[in-house]
Formats: sequence, structure tokens, C-alpha cells
Amino acid sequence: MENEIQETQPSVRRTLEIEIQELRDDLLYLGSMVEKQILGAVDSLKQRDLVSSQKIIDTDFEINRNRYAIEEKVMIAIATQQPMAHDLRLLASILEISGELERMGDYAKGIATISLRMKDEPLLKPLIDIPVMAQKGADMLHRALTAFINEDIEVARAIPEEDDVVDSLYAQVYRELTAFIMQDPTTIKRANWLLWVAHNLERVSDRVTNICERTIFSATGEMRETVSKNLG
Amino acid sequence: MEMNMNIEVKQNKDFTVNEMAEIKVRTSQLSVYYGKFRALTDINMEIHDRKITAIIGPSGCGKSTLLRSFNRMNDLTPSAHVEGKIELDGEDIYGKNVDVVDIRRRIGMVFQRPNPFPKSIYDNVAYGPRLYGIRQRNHLDGIVESSLKQSALWDEVKDKLHQSGMSLSGGQQQRLCIARALAVQPEVILMDEPASALDPISTLRIEELMHDLAKSYTIIIVTHNMQQAARVSDFTAMMMIDETRSGRMIEYNTTNIIFTRPQDKRTEDYVTGRFG
Amino acid sequence: MTTTSYSELLKKGVERRRVSRKGTNGFMLTLTGALTVLALIPLFWIIGYVFYKGGSTLNLAFFTQLPKPVGMTGGGVLHAIEGSLIVTFLATIMAFIPGVLAAFYAARNPNTVLGIGLRFSTDVLSGVPSIVVGLFAYALIVKPQGHYSALAGGVALAILMVPTIIRTTEEMLKLVPTNLREASLALGAPEWKTSISVLLPAAMDGVITGVLLAIARAAGETAPLLFTTLGNERFDLGTIISSGVTNHQSIIQILGRIFSSPIDSLPLTLWKYAGMPYPERVQQAWGVALILLILVLATNILARVWIEIRKRKLRG
Repeated sequence: MENEIQETQPSVRRTLEIEIQELRDDLLYLGSMVEKQILGAVDSLKQRDLVSSQKIIDTDFEINRNRYAIEEKVMIAIATQQPMAHDLRLLASILEISGELERMGDYAKGIATISLRMKDEPLLKPLIDIPVMAQKGADMLHRALTAFINEDIEVARAIPEEDDVVDSLYAQVYRELTAFIMQDPTTIKRANWLLWVAHNLERVSDRVTNICERTIFSATGEMRETVSKNLG
Repeated sequence: MEMNMNIEVKQNKDFTVNEMAEIKVRTSQLSVYYGKFRALTDINMEIHDRKITAIIGPSGCGKSTLLRSFNRMNDLTPSAHVEGKIELDGEDIYGKNVDVVDIRRRIGMVFQRPNPFPKSIYDNVAYGPRLYGIRQRNHLDGIVESSLKQSALWDEVKDKLHQSGMSLSGGQQQRLCIARALAVQPEVILMDEPASALDPISTLRIEELMHDLAKSYTIIIVTHNMQQAARVSDFTAMMMIDETRSGRMIEYNTTNIIFTRPQDKRTEDYVTGRFG
Repeated sequence: MTTTSYSELLKKGVERRRVSRKGTNGFMLTLTGALTVLALIPLFWIIGYVFYKGGSTLNLAFFTQLPKPVGMTGGGVLHAIEGSLIVTFLATIMAFIPGVLAAFYAARNPNTVLGIGLRFSTDVLSGVPSIVVGLFAYALIVKPQGHYSALAGGVALAILMVPTIIRTTEEMLKLVPTNLREASLALGAPEWKTSISVLLPAAMDGVITGVLLAIARAAGETAPLLFTTLGNERFDLGTIISSGVTNHQSIIQILGRIFSSPIDSLPLTLWKYAGMPYPERVQQAWGVALILLILVLATNILARVWIEIRKRKLRG
């Protein structure tokens, strides 16, 4: 027995590791698309550029397709590679996050749809806080996904606290727009449009919070809500 | 409260893996008999070149019989005979002018239990080449080295080539047997439950090795272990016995489809562990 | 009122059983030990007695000299030692190859007419009294040739060895995993090549053991040699070889002379000496018995050691 030839030990699950790496790349790509969609939707609304608003809506189909592709890949990896423990949590998280991203894409599309409905009507007021919300949400999303890929728990715990900033911006927009409506009830339609836009952006950052929760779950196995959220 | 101004788009995309590789082996209406007993009935399958094809199914469904008909190992059973055709690159291996020895060289086999010959590691690998008249030392040295490298065993044994093959661990012995099969430059490698006698780590190593080998060889594996079929293979064939206890192929598709959306209820029941 | 629960009853039962179990165990252990010793007594008695009676006869001359004329003290049994070695060697050569080949046939084709016949005749042959085998060799070789010879003795012993060799080899071949054979065939090797270079090496340990045991048995046979080698007190291997060399005879010719002359052997000498009315010879018979015993024991031990060494080697 003492003479037994030693086995060398390289990783024995290369197939699964390669598949997981591909999925991480796919998820990052999907995230960057969504990020661009959010910023693009608000920008085209601000510029009143209906052509780019339409483009945002078209691109959303692609986002949905990519999300289904990720889902399919995760399912095949689970069915064929029997992942366990961390691998399993990671795949479940990717599945969940791809869903979150798809919904965030839908918010961008929602903003673009509003922009199209407004047609040539002017904005009720110049956009100030709404682009800041979009900027903030996209930035949070970017950092949250990076934290997920790097399994950076510190960052994943910190980001949800920034949700308060977005929430207070939303409250600010809400107050302003209700003031408009009270002064002049004829602005109700145009105010409502912007209210929906702000609401969509507020939801974006809520979903970023979910991504952070998944990051912590994937890295540690802990499943709990980070901070209370969801104003409306 | 979700906002419903978004237009939901539901897509029903079919994620069929479109890997139409070349066909290496094709069986048509293949039936195998042991005396009067029809062990396999009308097997039609196309084995893709440089892919891993797994044959799964409950015990006694004829998986091994099918595998052993690919390199005519069934010839060794005196009562066995074959109907239908098995074509290797379009040539019927049961044809009149076919040399069995050449078929067995082109279609190698790895068995359930690691079975190194009671010889040194070197002589185990050199056994096949020597059969075909290769005797030059330097030539053999090269074959032994490249075969052992392909089977990912070289680094572990390069200083002990003249030690008995039996002195290796189970997993190493199986990789030695794979090297022995590779040494005669086969095109197809048949594996009959190659990891069922091994521990989980050795099993995974053999599976990864199969992945590497599939870049150059066509691999057909019979396995009891569905998870293994799921992990390693590109295509999966599901077999079952019919009411006459004869083995039939009930579903054959890409592994991804077999394990996520099987078309046949019996396949579904088998892969979900509801019977078998 | 006390109620004893089932689990308490079980506990008590276990305790009772423990006590009686210990007693029974001790008794049976003692009994089997005693019977084992009883069975071993004859063995050690024989060995001890032969050593005691024959030990004093053994000296260098006993191994290196030919017998002195009857009535004289001294001299040795070199002729018998040489004879035994020659006859057994001849027998082994003649029995080994046919025995192993027949075993291959029987192992591969157990259910054919020839295979069944082979197994049946092997059983019969191993039951045939050795003196009958000697008579057969006499009729087959000694009678036509007109003289007793080492060759005839070799044939007789070979016939006795063949069943043992066939049987052990066949058993050993059956123990070789079938997929070892298949692995060779799957590489395109023909059946004969597979048998020689895979199956035989795999079964070799068992085959060698079988042959050694067959030798040990044959070397102790007396009866078949009575009719075949006759005995020859003046047989002198050294003289035959040296005279052959000085007369420039070929090896074949020298071997021919050795194999065709009547020859003695240890069991034969033992049998003859023991029946003689000369005390020196009877004393020497004990010495011969001791040599024979040592040879047979040594062969058996060699066989065991061989198996052990090979086992270790296989383990690496």
C-alpha cells in the first residue's frame, strides 16, 4: 500500500465550472444591457426622442430572449451536472437575478412606452430628479452585479442602504408633481406620466436590493431581507 | 403592486441543441438474438462523430448487449447472431468481407471493472501495438507515452512504467485501461459502465477524461447511473424491455432534452427516478 | 405489584445469554483446540521419528557417495538422489505442457463432449492406483524396448502428475476474470495469443503451485517405479557425463544414455533397503526416508512461499 502511486488532483468538475463561468458572463452581459436601457429610456424621454424610445422597446425583446437563454442554461446545468452546496446556490441565484434583470428591463420599456404615449406633448417640467434617480439606479445595479460576480458580501450589504436616497428622490418628485396637479388639474395627465416614470425608477433600485440579497445567499447561504424597502 | 403598462412578451423558444455532427456509427433495424431469444429489437440510432453518446435504461434492458454488438464482442457468445446492420463510416461491420480484428482495433472497449493485464504498466499499453507487429523500442516508447498522456495518467506513472499495472489505484487502473485502448488508435471507444467500480472522485476524473477524449474520439458509454449520463454525454439513448423481454430503444435525443423535457413518459419516469 | 417491561425482560435475557455464551464459547474453543492438537500429533510424530532415526545417518558422504557393497558400512545414496531428480524432471517436462493445454481446453469448452470427457477421465485417472500406472508404463515402454529406463519411470510419474496439473490449472484459469480475456480480444488479439500472453500469466501462480504439488506427490511414489526404472545401484551421473565428454559425445547422446539406463530413486531405495537383512542398510533406509521427507516438505513450502511472493509483487 505504501508503494501506491499517488494521484495528482486537478479539478474534477471542469464541465460544471465552465458552465457556471459562462452563465456569469451571460448575466453580466444581460445586466449591462438593462443598465443601458434604463439610462437610455430616461434620456430619450428627456430629449423627447421618440425614435430612440421605440428602440428601447425593441431591445427589450432581446433582453427577454437572453433571460430565457440563461434560464434554460441553468436548468440544463442543474439537470445534468447535479450541482451541490455553493454551486447550487449560485445557479439558483443566477436564475433569480436574471428574472430581476428582466423585470428591470421591463421598467425601462415602461418608461419608453410612456415617452411614446406623450407623443409631441411637452414635458410638464424639466427633468432634474428623475435623471438622477436613473443614474443612481443604474449605478447601484452595476455595483450590485459586480459584487455578485466577485461574491463581495461587504458591498452587497452596503448597497441596499443607498436605496433610501432613491426613495427620498421619489418622495421629492411625488411632492412636486402633486403640487402641480393641485394648482392646475388640467396637468393631471402629464403629471401622472412622470409619476409613473419615477415609480418605475424607484422599483429598479428595489430590485437591486434583491440582487444584493441573492449575492449574500449565494456566498454564505444566508437568506434574509437586508433592509426594509418598498414604499409603494 | 406592479405596474401594468408594460407589454408582456411571452416567448416560446425551442432550445434544441443544433449539433448536427457527422454520423460515425449507424444502426438500422438491428436485432440481436441469443439462440431463439431476441435480446434486442429493431434498434435504429445514429451515433455522432466526436460526441459522447450515453445509453441508459433499467437493468437487463440490453444496454450492454447493444454496446457489445458495436465491436462484435457478441461473436464470442456462440449462440448469438445479429440481424440488421451496424455501419461504421458507412461500412457494415457485420458484412462478409469485414475483418473482425480490424473492427476491434477501430472500435476499442473499456470495461466495467478496471482490468489491467498482469503485466507492467508499459506492457499493458504496448500490448495492442505489439499485436499489430510494432516492435521497435523507440516507436513503442512514443506510443506508450502519448497514450498515457491522453488518458491523463502519464504524470502519475512516468517514473514507474515497469511497475505492475495492478499496483495502481482503481481509478488509475481504469485510466490505464483507457490508455491501453487508445494505443491502437481507435476511432470509437465503447465504455461499459467505466466508473461503476470507482469512488466518486475517480468517477469524476474519468468523466472529465471522457470530455477531453471526445475532442478526438467518438465515445459510446453504457451507464446505470443517469446522473453520469447527464453529466458527460451529448446524446442519450433510453432503452427498455418490451413485453417479450426484448430490449428496445424508446427515446433518443440530445442529453439536454432527455433530462429537461423527455418526450416519452417512460423516459420521464426513469430520469426522475420513479422507476428503474 | 411490579410490572416488568419488555425492555427490562430483554435486558435480563441478554445478560443471561451473555453468561451462558461465554461458557459455551470457552468450552468449544478448548474442544476445537484439543482436537487440532490431536490431529497434528501424527504429523509431528512422523517427522520427529524420521528425524530421530535417520538424522544420525546423514553426513556428507551419504549425499555424495555411491553405495558400498552390501555388508560394508559407509557409502551413500547419491545414485538415488540423482535418479529421483532425473525421473521427476522428466515427468514434469512430459506432464506440464499437455496438462496445461488440456486445462485451457477444459476451461474454455466445459460443456463440449471433449470437455466433459476430459474432466471425467481426469477424475478417473487421479483415482487409478499408482501401481497400475507403473504396469501400464511397463507394457508401453519397458516391454517393447526390452529394458528398464529412466524414461519409462518419467512416463509413469507424468501420468500421475497430469490430473493434478489439469485440475489446478483449470481451476486457476476459471478464477481469471472473464473481462481480462475480453479486454485482450477487444484489442483484436486472437484467442491463442490471449491465452498465452494474458490468461496464462494471470493464472501462472496457481499453475506453478499445482505443478509443485504434483511434483511433491510424484517424487514420493514407489510402486510405478518398480516396473519401470527397476533400480540401479551403480548409476553414476558424474561418470556418464565425464566419459561422454571425453568421448566427444553430443549433449543429446549423453542425455540419451542417462534417460535410457535403469535408474534408482529415493522411494525405491527406501523400499529396498528397508527390506534387507543388513542393519547398515536398514539404518540407511531411515536416512533416505528423511531426505525424501525433507524434499517433499521443501517443495510444499516452496509452493507456499512462491504464492506469497507473487501476491506481494502483484500488490506492488
